[in-house]
Amino acid sequence: MAENKVVDACNTFCPGPLMELITYMKQASVGDTLELLSTDEGSAADIPEWIYKVGHEVISNEKMDGIWHIKVRKTK
Amino acid sequence: MKILIVGGGTGGTILANHLSRRLGSEIRAGKVELTLLSASDRHMYQPGLLYVAFGQMTPDQLYRDEASLLEPEVDFHVDPVDKFQLDQNHVVTKGGKSYAYDILVIATGSRIVPEEVPGLSEGAETFYTEESAVRLHKRLMEFQGGTVAMVVSIPHKCPVAPVEAMFMLHDFFKSRGIRDKVTLRYQYPTNRVHATANVARWAKPEFDKAGIEYETLFNLKSVDPVKKIVYSEEGTEVKYDLLIAVPPHRGMEIIEQNHLDQGGWIPTDRFKLTMNGRDNVYVIGDATNIPVSKTGSAAHFESEVLAANIVARIKTGTDSPVREYDGKVYCFIEAGFDRATYNAFDYVNLPDLKPPSKPIHWFKVAYNQMYWTSVRGLL
Ligand SMILES: Cc1cc2nc3c(=O)[nH]c(=O)nc-3n(C[C@H](O)[C@H](O)[C@H](O)COP(=O)(O)OP(=O)(O)OC[C@H]3O[C@@H](n4cnc5c(N)ncnc54)[C@H](O)[C@@H]3O)c2cc1C
Repeated sequence: MAENKVVDACNTFCPGPLMELITYMKQASVGDTLELLSTDEGSAADIPEWIYKVGHEVISNEKMDGIWHIKVRKTK
Repeated sequence: MKILIVGGGTGGTILANHLSRRLGSEIRAGKVELTLLSASDRHMYQPGLLYVAFGQMTPDQLYRDEASLLEPEVDFHVDPVDKFQLDQNHVVTKGGKSYAYDILVIATGSRIVPEEVPGLSEGAETFYTEESAVRLHKRLMEFQGGTVAMVVSIPHKCPVAPVEAMFMLHDFFKSRGIRDKVTLRYQYPTNRVHATANVARWAKPEFDKAGIEYETLFNLKSVDPVKKIVYSEEGTEVKYDLLIAVPPHRGMEIIEQNHLDQGGWIPTDRFKLTMNGRDNVYVIGDATNIPVSKTGSAAHFESEVLAANIVARIKTGTDSPVREYDGKVYCFIEAGFDRATYNAFDYVNLPDLKPPSKPIHWFKVAYNQMYWTSVRGLL
């Protein structure tokens, strides 16, 4: 069964949202989805770039009430 | 009231000393018991390992006897915890003793797990343990020229350490007079030279000035120690003569064996520092999953907040926290052998790096000694 996990990386600068996502990606299984919550503008661009480069999948990337919700799936 | 702290490193020691000082009369009156259990009778100043790697400190300078750092009211035992029985409010130690508690604090830190990356233990040097820092220093002294490559795994302690190491490598080879024979290559997992945007903004031009080459989006996959090639998840590779790695970290095995963790880290409330789902279990330092850097600085500020809350709980019966951890961290960043800056931030305020200076470097050198005052809870 694929798992869905929410990773709250709001208001965190060091090591920051992308590092949090990479940490949780390493723990996840193929098929799992992670929804990263971030208040950092840069993450909205940085995280999809990392996901594409490594070859995972971005499901959605939207800002709601000042918080970016970036949903990704581990594909390999 | 029984307070039990597990882990006599930075966080556990500062907390024990703060509690002891604030609750001295209650402890002497037998109303409060304050016990600290640790896995070692020695306390290591871990940031000093970076200086050992560059021959600027020797390993003996990094240690003090843990007992000598503690207030006399702390009941200290070297007997690591084996079983955490949180539903029964007690722990069982390797020595077979059982300790009951009303309040438990877990401060067991983190460990390196280079074995998670194929070839890393055989192919790379590091500076995250005493033995490896000493060996790296020897390798650096013997090095006559070629490519020194740095690779960084996630998650790891002290997020600025790889950047500091690069600047120190630059100055080290300059002082040996062979900088022109050495290519310094820095590989980093995210899309900037550091995960924290403002650190990256500062470090990139400094790397350019020092002639340090860099590749971003390099997530360490494996090392071929025979061919001396390191491979990334992204499909790139780097040939090296000397590979230095910041190895991946996890929480302590005992935390995983007791199923307290998710992926090695204990789920913890980032403000109250309670373990999720438990009101009388707190977690501080590297052991938490709080999205803040794994640093002695975070462990220090967390332990001050927690001490205030435990004291209030005992003295005034206040169950809700009187202070919340605000995510505060303050870390020095060495920019070479004689310049440094610092990274200070919390959950709300971004780090804003100042240009490196000699006074900040000397402050860091002084802090390498002041740590022993800090860990006694005096600074
Ligand atoms: C090379 C290097 C450079 C660093 N540079 C910096 C820096 O510049 N600034 C900074 O702020 N931080 C730095 N750090 C990080 C800092 O040292 C750690 O983040 C900090 O020590 C964490 O504190 P802690 O209390 O969580 O864990 P630790 O200090 O690691 O202590 C953990 C304690 O738990 C004990 N323990 C383990 N298992 C058990 C058990 N089963 N039962 C009982 N006790 C147990 C251990 O014996 C130890 O005493 C650096 C670290 C390294 C390695």
